[in-house]
Amino acid sequence: MAPTLTFPKGGVHPPESKKLTEKLLVEVMPLPAELEIILGQHIGAPCTPTVGKRAEVREGDLVAEVKKGLGVPLHAPAAGTVKAIGKSSHPIRVSAPSITLTVNRDAPPREWGVADWHHLDGQALLKKVHDGGLVGIGGAGFPTHVKLKPPADNPVDTLLLNGAECEPYITADHRVMLEHSAEVVEGARILLKILGISECYIGIENNKPDAIRSMTEAAQAASGADCRIQVMTLEVKYPQGSEKQLIEAITGRRVPAMALPSSVGVVVHNVSTTKAVRDAVVLDKPLIEKVVTVSGRGINRPTNLLVKVGTKLSDIVEHCGGTRPELARVVMGGPMMGFAVSSLAIPVTKTTSSILFLSDDELDTRPLSACIRCGWCLEACPMGLEPKEIGIYVEAHRAEDTGQFGVFECFECGSCAYVCPAKRPLVQFIRLAKMKAKR
Amino acid sequence: MDPELVKLAIGGLVLLGCIGLFFGIGLAIAAQKFAVETNPLIEEVLESLPLANCGGCGYPGCEGYAIEVVTDPNVPPNLCFPGKEAVAERVALLTGKKMTAVEDTIAVVRCSRIEGRVSHKHRYIGFSSCTAANLGYGGPSSCQYACIGLGECAEACPFDAIRMEENFPVVNADKCVSCGVCVKTCPKQVMEIQTMKARVWVPCSTRDLGKTVTGVCTVGCIGCKMCVKVCPADAVTYEKDLVKVDHKACLAYGSSCEEICVSKCPRDIFRHYQGPEIVARDGVSGLKMAG
Repeated sequence: MAPTLTFPKGGVHPPESKKLTEKLLVEVMPLPAELEIILGQHIGAPCTPTVGKRAEVREGDLVAEVKKGLGVPLHAPAAGTVKAIGKSSHPIRVSAPSITLTVNRDAPPREWGVADWHHLDGQALLKKVHDGGLVGIGGAGFPTHVKLKPPADNPVDTLLLNGAECEPYITADHRVMLEHSAEVVEGARILLKILGISECYIGIENNKPDAIRSMTEAAQAASGADCRIQVMTLEVKYPQGSEKQLIEAITGRRVPAMALPSSVGVVVHNVSTTKAVRDAVVLDKPLIEKVVTVSGRGINRPTNLLVKVGTKLSDIVEHCGGTRPELARVVMGGPMMGFAVSSLAIPVTKTTSSILFLSDDELDTRPLSACIRCGWCLEACPMGLEPKEIGIYVEAHRAEDTGQFGVFECFECGSCAYVCPAKRPLVQFIRLAKMKAKR
Repeated sequence: MDPELVKLAIGGLVLLGCIGLFFGIGLAIAAQKFAVETNPLIEEVLESLPLANCGGCGYPGCEGYAIEVVTDPNVPPNLCFPGKEAVAERVALLTGKKMTAVEDTIAVVRCSRIEGRVSHKHRYIGFSSCTAANLGYGGPSSCQYACIGLGECAEACPFDAIRMEENFPVVNADKCVSCGVCVKTCPKQVMEIQTMKARVWVPCSTRDLGKTVTGVCTVGCIGCKMCVKVCPADAVTYEKDLVKVDHKACLAYGSSCEEICVSKCPRDIFRHYQGPEIVARDGVSGLKMAG
C-alpha cells in the first residue's frame, strides 16, 4: 500500500465517532408535508423568487434565480404549491428570506432521463452546472461554476476531489463514495473536460478502506488515454479536508496566504458535489436533495439520510425516532466547524452535511478560564497562527489590532479550541477579531 | 593632580562639547527647514473640547474634530455632545461659525425584554460579551432583536452612564451625553439617540413578523402600522419592518392630536415619553431609565 499523505503543520485527531453511521446504507427520507427553501444558500447574492404565492411547481422546476452578481438558481425539491414567500429559520442568521412549499405527496416522483454528455463542449457543460444550481456542498457553498472558470493568468493543471471527510461523526461523503463510486468518477471526468485538463486525484482518509477500494476500482475503470484519475490515501488527521491542507498533502504545493487554489494550478471539489455535477449533466437533475448524516447519542436512530433541500429538522427528528432525554445540543455541520442551533424549525440547505444531536457526555461545557500560555494551540494550528494571542487581544478590547497575527488567514477549523486545556473559545475570539480587525 | 589626566579631561570635554554643538546646530537647522505648519486655532479649539475622545461627533477623537471644524467650513461647531452648549459656543466663537442650538439628546433602550417576559431559547456558555453571544444563533434570547444583556454597552460607555440592572441596561440621564458609542457597540441595535423633548417613543426594536413577536414577547410591536395610519402629522413611518418616529415633525405638529398613536396602539408599546424617568404601564421599574 502506498504511504499515507498528510499536510505538514499542526492538526489534531479528535475521536472519530463515525461508528454510529458508517455502515448504514443511505436511506431515502419520505417527503415531508412542507419544505422551506432558503433563498441564500450559496456565497454571493441571495436569489429572487421567480414564482408567486399559490403557484404550482413540479419537482426540479426553477423557483428562484440570481438577478445580479455571484450565485446559482434554486429549484423546487418536490412537487407542490408555493404557500408563502417570507422568512424562515436559518442556522447562522437566525432568520432569512425563504419560499415555503406545501408538498403534494401524491405526485409521482419525476423521471430523470439519461443523456450523453461526451459530445458537449466545456461551455455547454458549464452552463448545465450553473443551471443545476450547484454549489460546494461540503459546507462552503461556493458556486461550482465559478470555481470551474479559473482566471486566465493562473492555468489549472490538477483537479482534486475531496473525500477526506475529516470531521468526526459525518459519514455522508463516505456513503456517497461507496454507493455511487461510478457516478463520482463520471462527475470527475465531466469536471476534467470543463477544465480542459487530464489529471485528477481523489483524496480519502484511510479510516475509510472500503471507500478507498471501491473508488480505486471505479477510477481505474474510468481512466484512459484522455484522463488519469487516481485515489490518494490520506492520514487520518483533522483538518485534512480543508482546501489548502488537502492541496499541500496531495500535490506538495502551498497556497499563499489570502490566495485561491487556482494560484497554484489546482481546483478542489468535494466528492458529493462531483456526484451532483454528474446528476446535473447526465440526468439534468438540479441540486434538490443531498445525503445528510444524522448522528450523535441524543437521537434514537442515527442514520445517513437522503433528504430534500428545505426539509425541516423537526421532520428529520420525527423520522429518526425522536430525540433522547440526554440530548444537550443540536449542531448543524460537524462538531468542529458546525453551528449550535436552538430551534428545530431550521430547514436543511444545500450545504448541510450533518445534523448532530449531542448528549452531555459528548460535550465539554466547562467554563472558560484565563490563557495559561501553554502553546498547544500554536502546535495544533494548521495555518501556523497564534490563536492564544488573538484571544488575549480580544479579551483586552484590542480586537482591531489582531491583523498582525494573520487573523484573516484563519479558516476557523477549531483545532486550537479543541486542544485548549483552559477551555478558551478561541474560534469565537477569532470571529470577533475578524469583525473588528482591519485587513 | 597629574597634568596628563587634566589634559585628558579637558580634551574629552572639548570633544563632547563639539559633538553636542554640531548636533545642536544640525537639529536647529532641521527644525527650521522641515517645520510643520500648525494652525494655532486648532490647538485653541482642541483645548476647549472635553478631550474624552468618545467619537460621538463622528470624527476620530477630539483632535480629529478640532482639525475638521477649523479647516472645513461645512462642519458645524455644535457636534460635541459631551461639551453641550458651553463648548459649542466657545468653538463657534473661535472658528467664527454661526452658533446653532444644541439639542438635548439622550440614549434610550428600545427593548422591553423584561416587561415582555421574553424567555431564553438556549443557555449561552462562552466569552461574556453581547457580540460574542450574538454569534451563537443570535444570542440566548427568544426574541432575536432583544437586548442580550451581557452589558457590552455599559462597558463601552466612555462616560460610565450605563449600568446593568437585572441584566438590562439603565441609562443615567445625568451622565449620558448621547455620544452614541453604545449605539455603535450594541450588536442588536437596541440603543438609539433620541431628543429629550420627544413626546412619544417605542421601546421595542423588533423587525419580526407579528406572529413571531406574539410568540416570544407579551408587549413587543407586531407591525400592524396603526400608529402610521392614525398620525395626523405623518411623523410615524414603518421602514424596513421597524417603527420610526420623526420627532421634529411630531414636535412641530404640537399636542392637538392628543397622542392618538399611544391610545390606538393595540400592544400599548407606543408610549408617552416622559423624559428620562419612565415607568412602564404596569408600574414595573424594568423600564426606568434614569438612575
